[in-house]
Formats: sequence, structure tokens, C-alpha cells
Amino acid sequence: MVNEAIEVNGLNLWFGKKQILKDINLSIPEKKLTAVIGPSGCGKTTLLRCFNRMNDLNSDARIKGSIIIDGKDIYSNKTDPCSIRMKVGMVFQKPNPFPKSIYGNVAFGLHIKGIRDKNTIMEIVEKSLKNAWLWDEVKDRLNSSAFELSGGQQQRLCIARALATNPEVILFDEPTSALDPQATSKIEELVLELKNSVTVVQVTHNIGQAARVSDYTAFLYLGELIEFGLTEKMFTIPKDKRTEEYLEGKFG
Amino acid sequence: MKEKLFKYVTTLAALCSIIFLFGIIFSIFKEGYPIFREVGLFKFLGGKSWHPTHYPPDFGILSLIVGSIVVTIGALIVSIPLGVGSAIYIAELAHPRIKEILKPLVELLAGVPSVIYGLFGMAFLSPFIRELFDIPTGLNALTASIILGIMVVPIISSISEDAITSVPKDIREASYALGANKWETIIRVVLPSAKSGVIAGVVLGFGRAIGETMVVLMVSGGAAIIPKTILEPVRPMTSAIAAEMGETIMGSSHLHALFGIAIVLFIITLVLNMTTELVIKKRMTK
Repeated sequence: MVNEAIEVNGLNLWFGKKQILKDINLSIPEKKLTAVIGPSGCGKTTLLRCFNRMNDLNSDARIKGSIIIDGKDIYSNKTDPCSIRMKVGMVFQKPNPFPKSIYGNVAFGLHIKGIRDKNTIMEIVEKSLKNAWLWDEVKDRLNSSAFELSGGQQQRLCIARALATNPEVILFDEPTSALDPQATSKIEELVLELKNSVTVVQVTHNIGQAARVSDYTAFLYLGELIEFGLTEKMFTIPKDKRTEEYLEGKFG
Repeated sequence: MKEKLFKYVTTLAALCSIIFLFGIIFSIFKEGYPIFREVGLFKFLGGKSWHPTHYPPDFGILSLIVGSIVVTIGALIVSIPLGVGSAIYIAELAHPRIKEILKPLVELLAGVPSVIYGLFGMAFLSPFIRELFDIPTGLNALTASIILGIMVVPIISSISEDAITSVPKDIREASYALGANKWETIIRVVLPSAKSGVIAGVVLGFGRAIGETMVVLMVSGGAAIIPKTILEPVRPMTSAIAAEMGETIMGSSHLHALFGIAIVLFIITLVLNMTTELVIKKRMTK
């Protein structure tokens, strides 16, 4: 029996007059890796950014429908988007560390959470860096600038930063698109390990990556959810013709 | 042929500013140098009394240096919070339509001739300060600081605003994604990232304030004494030069002393400009 971490009901989203997401219904299972695939411009990143209300930052965005996380509708008037974002972490396409030290990057979310005790912070920083497989590479230079790290290391730092606030869900928006193959495979392995402790939703335009790492896959096309199910099943016997054609590389 | 001519003409134009610069440096050093020989460097810079027309005259410019520094620091105390605050508002918080109006208005403040600031200070601010503190004159270091501060606001504001606006969107998003609200994002991420730009604006503002002549001539009170409080009149270096130049005799020690002051002022602003350049360059390479 799989519990659900995120339940999406009748989600519609417009940027200005343009409708980007059309009536999406979806249940994302807990502590599994769900991949969101689809051709560019299909709305997959927009869908991902609905889960932590990042689309709120765009004043053009209008949203209808509900998304339930932890039994609560994150789009209800009573919900504070900041508290959602502490529960639902995010790692972006390009590594985006703050111009702070390595330590300062990971501790950022803890400061925002109001944690002041230095020992507690140091403990969590160490644990988060370990869980992001970065500790051994940076333990001697926690006070160096994050910009001194390589691209792959920076992305793992961003993962550590997202882990530090102990989220229930982590959203990955094509986290390897700016990295070389070696760094990519390391991040892929890391993400695989993360799903043991958190729910992972990952947007990718790389079908091979979705097949390799995900348990479930959602296929989005022109703002509609065409198909959702176990990755294994979808990749062997797609139900919809459009899914089949996309997976075969007929468009993309 | 035409292209070559164009190149020569523009090269000449560029050379001209170098010639002017070195011409100015050469002449102030030539005219100012004798005073250092006559009075001595330390007595000139550290001497407390400035009585250039007495017999025998005193050429100690410490009170003038202190006057300049007091009004400049006072100006920065006024202009940094106002300038950085308005930059944050314009860059981060203002509705686009308000921004469209406010930004040019702040920049317009930079275009107001300094004599108009001086008039405003003499006619309105100075009586107000005099009555507020119940002191004999409102023409003092405080009034000069406030007026200079208002003049410097647009410099600090526009440079800080550029720096804040150029902080990339992706690190702001990273901050929001970690649960920070707008205020925390501005204080903890945006301002630290824009720090070097804000500092560059402050340094330029400092240079503007210490070099400003007309305002301090009109509202600082003009007394060449080391003030005990900011409610006393001061005589900054620039106003000493401007006020006394007309009364000097060619080749006199007084004239050399005024050029000596110009050298001190020139060196202060040169060092400042070079620091700013370095800070900005460091920011570009980062």
C-alpha cells in the first residue's frame, strides 16, 4: 500500500490569458521518485513549481484547483506559502548557491526557521552535507565561498541546502541539465538514495534518466496530463498513443 | 583616409583630457609646494589655527580638514539610510508604475544646481535649525550635513539600485524556495550580494560631499575652528579656497597655502576614486 504525499485536484493555471496547465489530477506517492516528463513548453516545470507555490512569485499567474499536502490544501487562504516551502524543498536547473560560504549556504534555511543554537546548526549542516555526499570534499573548508566549488559540487551543495530544513518533499527541476555526464550520474545516484527518506518529484527532459531513476512517471503534453503510472509499465506498454510516440522520440 | 582622420581626431580628444588632468595636477603642485617648504608638512596639516591674513600669519589647516570631514560624515549619516532605503524600495518593492515615476524623480534631485540647495539651506533649513536648538546661528555643520546629505542621496540611491537590480533572479528564488519571505530575502540574500555596488555608491557619495563647495560656502557658517558639537559653524577646505582666493595676492604665502589645501583635497578624492575603481573591478570579476 502506497501513501500519497501530494494530491492534485483539478489544477488549472494561467499566465495572463494563456492557459499553461489544464485540469490536472494526480496523486504523487510518498517516498518514491516520480518523474515528470514531456516536450519543452508542456508545463512540467510550471507544474513542479505549483507544489511549493513558486508560481506565486509571478504576478501574472492565476491558479484554480487544489493541491493537498499533509492533509491541507496548500492553496487555501489560510496557508502561508513560506511554511509550505519549508516542507517542500526545491533544487533548480542551474546550481544557484548564495554568494556565501559553504556553511552559510546550508545554514540559510535554518536561520530562516529561527534556529539559533550554533551546535544544533553545525550538526544539521554536517548531516545535510553528508546526505548530499559532499561532506568529505568540503569538511576542511566550510568557510570558503560556495563559488569555489565545481558545478556538480555546487548542485550537491544546493541539495544539502534543501535537505537541511528537513523537508517531506524535494522538487528537482532538471537538476542535471547544466552538468557534465560524470556529475550527472553522481546526482542521479544521490537522488535515488534520497527517495528512501523523502518524496522526490523530478522534472526531466531526458527520457533515459526518467527510465533509470523513477518509480512513477507522469507524461505531460500541451498542459494536459496524458498518462501517469508506474515507470516500468508506462515505458513498456504506454496506454496513450501520444506517450508512445514521445517515448519513441517521434517528437520532443 | 576618412577613417584615419576620424581616428586621429578622437585620439586627440582623448589626449586632451589627459593633458588637462596633468596640467591641473602640475599647477596645483607647483603653486602649493612652497607652503610645505615654508611651514612644514606637519605644521600645515596639524596646525590648529588658520589666520592667513594676520601678522605673522598662521597656516594650520587642521580645523579646515576637520570641518570637511565632519560635514562629509554627517552627510553620509543622512544619505546612506535614505539612499539605500529608497534603492531597496525602487528596486524591490515599488509597483512598476510607481517605480517609473520615482526613479527619474530621484535622479532629478541629482540635477538640481548646488547653489539652489544652498539657497534652500540658508533660507529655510538654517532658521529652522536655529529655532529648534535655540542657538545663535543656523549656519553650522549640522545644516551643511543635512543639505549635503540630500544632495548625495540620488548618487547612493541610483548606484545601489543598479547593484540590487542586477542580483540574479535564481538566487532570489533559492531563498524563497527555502521558506524565506520577501523581507528576509532582501536582507539576507539581495543586499549582501549587492554589497560591493552599494559600497561603491557610498564612496562616490563621499567624494561628492567632500568636494562640494557652493553648499558649504553658503550654509556651513565659515568659522575656521575645530567644532565641539555639530551645532557650531565650520569652514570646510573647499569653502576656504573659494572664499579666500579672491583676497590673496599673487605669489603670497596665503595663495600657496590655498593651493596646499587643494593638494590635500585632490589626494583625498584621488584615493577615494581609486578605491571605488578597485571595488567595482573586483565585483565585475566575481
